[in-house]
Amino acid sequence: MALELQGVSRTVNGQVHIRSANLRLEPGVINVLLGPTAAGKTSLMRLMAGLDRPSAGRILVSGTDVTGAAVQERDVAMVYQEFINYPGKSVYENIASPLRLKGKAGQEVDAAVRSTAELLKLTPLLQRKPLELSGGQQQRCALARALVKQARLVLLDEPLANLDYKLREELRAEIPNIFAQSQTIFVYATSEPEEALLLGGNTATLHEGEVCQFGPTASVYRRPATIRSAEVFSDPPINLAVGDKMGPALKLEDGHSIELAPELVGLSDGRYTLGFRAHDLSLQAPDSGYLRFDCQLTGTEVTGSETFLYLAQADRSWVGRLPGVLSRPVGETIAVWVNPQHLYLFDATGRLVACGSEPA
Amino acid sequence: MTNPHIRVLVMSLYLLFLMVPIYWLLAMSFKTNTEIVAGFTLFPRDFTLQNYVTILTDPSWYMGYVNSLIYVVMNTVISITVALPAAYAFSRYRFMGDKHLFFWLLSNRMAPPAVFALPFFQLYSSVGLFDTHIAVALAHCLFNVPLAVWILEGFMRGVPREIDETAYVDGYSFGRFFITIFAPLIASGIGVAAFFCFMFSWVELLLSRTLTAVDAKSIAATMTRTVSASGMDWGVLTAAGVLTIIPGAIVIYFVRNYIAKGFALGRV
Repeated sequence: MALELQGVSRTVNGQVHIRSANLRLEPGVINVLLGPTAAGKTSLMRLMAGLDRPSAGRILVSGTDVTGAAVQERDVAMVYQEFINYPGKSVYENIASPLRLKGKAGQEVDAAVRSTAELLKLTPLLQRKPLELSGGQQQRCALARALVKQARLVLLDEPLANLDYKLREELRAEIPNIFAQSQTIFVYATSEPEEALLLGGNTATLHEGEVCQFGPTASVYRRPATIRSAEVFSDPPINLAVGDKMGPALKLEDGHSIELAPELVGLSDGRYTLGFRAHDLSLQAPDSGYLRFDCQLTGTEVTGSETFLYLAQADRSWVGRLPGVLSRPVGETIAVWVNPQHLYLFDATGRLVACGSEPA
Repeated sequence: MTNPHIRVLVMSLYLLFLMVPIYWLLAMSFKTNTEIVAGFTLFPRDFTLQNYVTILTDPSWYMGYVNSLIYVVMNTVISITVALPAAYAFSRYRFMGDKHLFFWLLSNRMAPPAVFALPFFQLYSSVGLFDTHIAVALAHCLFNVPLAVWILEGFMRGVPREIDETAYVDGYSFGRFFITIFAPLIASGIGVAAFFCFMFSWVELLLSRTLTAVDAKSIAATMTRTVSASGMDWGVLTAAGVLTIIPGAIVIYFVRNYIAKGFALGRV
C-alpha cells in the first residue's frame, strides 16, 4: 500500500510542468509537498489524482499501474485551496454525496455523515448551503467530504492558504489528527516552510517542476541536499555567498577570506557556495570561532518580538532574523557573525558537501 | 435637474414615448374598422371585442398561434439541447482554433435571414420538409444555437472548473455530474438562453413565411397576408398584434432578473 511515481513528467505546450518526478509515498505519515507558487505542487497533485495524464512515467498504487485510470476509479479525495463544495446542495448532502455515489445504504450514509460532521464541528450547520457559511466552515465542509469517503489517497492542496490566521492555526492542528487513520496516504501541499515543519512527516521540496529532495521533514530541513532545496525550505530566504576554496581558506567574492573547519580542508579546491539561515545570523560573537562578515544595512523590519535586518553583502541580499527590537540607522556598515556549525557548503553543481563541520 | 417640474416632464415624456405605440395598438384592437378609418380618436368610441372573437373562433387565425408556438417550443428545446454540450466544451476545454470557432459561431448573425431564405426554401422543399413545424424550428436554429452557446458559455465560465474536478474525484460520472450538479448551477443561464431563443423565434417573420404555406403557417405570416379584396381588416390585425405580444411578455416576466446578464451574454 503505497503511491509510487516513477519518472513522472508532464509537459504542456512545450512548457515543463513536472520534470521526471520519482516519489514513494507511504500511508501513516503526512507527505508534504513544499514549494513556492508555480513550483508544481498542484500539477503534481493533479497527476496523483488522475485529473491530468503524465506525458511520461508511471503511477502505481500498491504496485498496480493506475497511470491511465480515470479519476472516478482512483479512490482519491481532494481538497482545493479555494473552498470548493457543491453550491446547490446542503452541507449534509455535500458530505453524503461521495457515499451515495458508492451506493451505500441510507442509514450507513446518515451515520457516517453525522460522525464526520461531529468531528469537524459542522453538526449545527448541516442544513445550510455552503455559500451561507464562513470560509473556515466551507473548508471544513470540503475536508469532511474528503474524509467521509475513506479514500486510499487524500490530497490537500494548500487547504489553509485562504483562511485567516486564527482558523489556520486551529485547522492545522486538527488536520493531522483527523486523517491519522491508518491506510490513507495523505499528501499536503504548502508554500510555507514553517507549515511543513509543524506538520512533520515527510517533505518533498519542489522547484520549477522538479522534486529537489524527499525525506523526513526535519532531516530535509537540517540537511538540504541542494541549494535549491535549501532555498525552498527557508523563510526568510537562505543567505548565500560564493567563494573559491584554496587549501584551508575560502576566498569570498568580496575579497575577504574565511578559515574552513579542519574536517573540510580535505575537500577539493574550487568554487563553493556557502549558505546559512536568517536566524543563525547574530550581531555578537560569543566565542572566537564565529565567522565575521561586514555588511551594509539596507533596511529593518520589526514584527513585534523580532527584528528582520536586510543586509547587502557583496551585491547579495541577506536577511537576519534576530530576537528583540533593534534600531540601527539604514546605510550603516555593521559586522554580523555566524557560527560555522550552522553553515552549509554547496559545491559548484549546487550539491551539499558539508553541513556545519561535517562533510556530507 | 433640481426643478421638480422638469423631472416630472422628463419622466412623463419617457413614459409617453414608451407607451404610445402599445396603447395605440391596444386602442385600435377595441375599435371597429369604420372608426379606425374615420379619423383620429384617442379612446375607442364604440368599444368592441368583436376583433378578438374573430381571431379566437376562426381556425385560420388561431391556428397561426398554435403553429407558431409549436415551432418556437421545438426550436427552443433543440437549441438548448444542442448548445449545452457545445457551451460546456467551449468553457472547459482548449483545442486548436477554439477561439476562432467560438467567434465564428456568431457569423451567421452577421447576415440578414433573407440571405438564407432562398437556399432554405429549396433545401427543405427538396427533402420534403416544406410547410412543417420542424422545418421552421430547424431554420431558426441557424441563429438561435450560436446565441444560446454564447449565453450559456458565459454562465458556465462563472462556475469554477474545480467543482467539475471535485465531482469527478468524488466519483460522479460526467453525465450524472452535468445533470445533478452542473445544470442547477447555471439554471438561470439556461432560462435566459431559452428566453432569447423563444423571443427570436417568435418574432422572426421571413424564414417562417418562406418555409410554410398552410399547415404550419405562423402567426406573423398570417398577419401579413390579411390584405383581402375587401381591403385591410385593421381591427382584427391589431387584435392579433396584441395577442402576439402576450407570450413574450409572460416569458420575459419569469427571467426578468437575469435578462441584463443575458444581454451581456453571461459576462457580468
